Amino acid sequence: MTEKNKIEQKPRKNPLVLFIHKLGSPAYFYRFSGKFIPWFWAIFLVLTAIAMYQAFFVVPADYQQGQSFRILYLHVPAAWMSLLAYSVMAVFAFIALVWRIRIVEILAMCSAPVGAAFTVVTLAAGSLWGRPTWGTYWVWDARLTSELVLLFLYLGVIGLYNSIDEPRKAARAACLLALVGAVNLPIIHYSVKWWNTLHQGSSISLMGGSSIDSSMLWPLLIMSVAVKFFYGANLLTRARVKLLEQDMRKAWVKDIVREGK
Amino acid sequence: MNVQQANGSMSGAFFALVRRDLLLAFRRRTELLFPVIFLLVVVSLFPLGIGPSPQLLGRIAPGVIWIAALLATVISLDALFRSDYEDGTLEQFVISGHPLTLIALAKILTHWLVAGLPIVLMSPLLAVWMNLPSGTLGVMVATLIIGTPILSLIGSIGVGLTISLKRGGQLLSLLVFPLYVPILIIATAAVMASADALPYTQFLGLLAAGLITSLTLAPFAAAAALKISLS
Amino acid sequence: MDHTPFIAGAYGIGVIVFLWAAFAPLVKKKSITRDIRRLIQVEERSVDSNP
Repeated sequence: MTEKNKIEQKPRKNPLVLFIHKLGSPAYFYRFSGKFIPWFWAIFLVLTAIAMYQAFFVVPADYQQGQSFRILYLHVPAAWMSLLAYSVMAVFAFIALVWRIRIVEILAMCSAPVGAAFTVVTLAAGSLWGRPTWGTYWVWDARLTSELVLLFLYLGVIGLYNSIDEPRKAARAACLLALVGAVNLPIIHYSVKWWNTLHQGSSISLMGGSSIDSSMLWPLLIMSVAVKFFYGANLLTRARVKLLEQDMRKAWVKDIVREGK
Repeated sequence: MNVQQANGSMSGAFFALVRRDLLLAFRRRTELLFPVIFLLVVVSLFPLGIGPSPQLLGRIAPGVIWIAALLATVISLDALFRSDYEDGTLEQFVISGHPLTLIALAKILTHWLVAGLPIVLMSPLLAVWMNLPSGTLGVMVATLIIGTPILSLIGSIGVGLTISLKRGGQLLSLLVFPLYVPILIIATAAVMASADALPYTQFLGLLAAGLITSLTLAPFAAAAALKISLS
Repeated sequence: MDHTPFIAGAYGIGVIVFLWAAFAPLVKKKSITRDIRRLIQVEERSVDSNP
């Protein structure tokens, strides 16, 4: 007992660092993330239900825009999420390119379709909001135009990733493209904004001149939190499926399938 | 597996080839969307370059949409024969005994289904973006339905001529754009006449005549071009 | 102008797109799992025949 333990104690690794390393293993990531997905979906559905109830039954109709302003509760959270998804994708892309971590590559690539979906919803909702409000389905205003360019950036990343056969090479190429797009995004946004003021055209934003009543704000905030959970759930689901697909012949996948997960 | 049909009939070969090409195209489903996305990107560049003024956009809308259609078609034309040329399948087609004209026609049909038809389907969206005068959408779509097959047909001649060249794709645009000029002029004239409430059916008639002529002549020219390229 | 079709359209498109985004990977997962099961079967069969 008094004898000192001759076996050298290994320096204890910081548990957080250890955890992050473990997540790099496909099998661990698959099982770990799988626990979160149902919770994310549940939170998303609950928050959306609350927000939608408030949006349609609690908030009074805007005196300027009539009932159609309720589309705001879909359009704006989707728009915010489309930008957030791109930023997250860019962060993943940076980490993937610098540290060459496969899981992060997959997370970056799976972010793209989700972000693109949000962008499409933003554009469609914005267009349908514009029709009763401003009379046209489409207006080349700063926000919608930059949102459209954002969609093209997403489609480029998705297209590039899907056209290269070797998965890791494809991911690296598309991650580089995502980063280039991320750097360009603020430049594009401000140039489009400037272009819009330059051409006068339609400088009215879809939010109109009316100040937002605080009761109108709650569903918006709740919805914007809700979509983050949608994003998380969908991203993790897609990443897990991609892992299964890429590691089809590996033992850990066969074990998982045998277990029936 | 593809062109050899049980009875070796012409229609059997034709449909077998169309089926095979469509199957190949659908295997890389994402690449099917490239011409569509290209179309959307090109059209949206115009307001960005010219300004979002709805009146201005509406005036140039027919031309812009048609030019975008031309560009999208030319971009996708090179793929018409290239992969078959590169792995030698094209040569097999030539010596297979089936008329090369038929093979060319089959490939043109696939090209139109994969590249031209999406242009037609996307045109209402483009019309909204470019603020195309509301009554003229029907004429616009009509010109596209009649005109895009002509683009595929005439384009195939250019592809046939340039397929064996390394930088064939670039030279291809040079070759086919002059040939496309009449189609562009007549199609946009039709839409603009309709916008000014003038008679436009004569233009549609001209386009239809162009379609029939190219349908009967272009496959022969394309086949001849291919034979020259492969010789 | 009645705004309801526009609200319905916007939210309708939203629902459709979100449903597609949510379910597309699940559909893919099913087909992948089927392929993996087939792989496992082939493997087990070859193990059985090789004592």
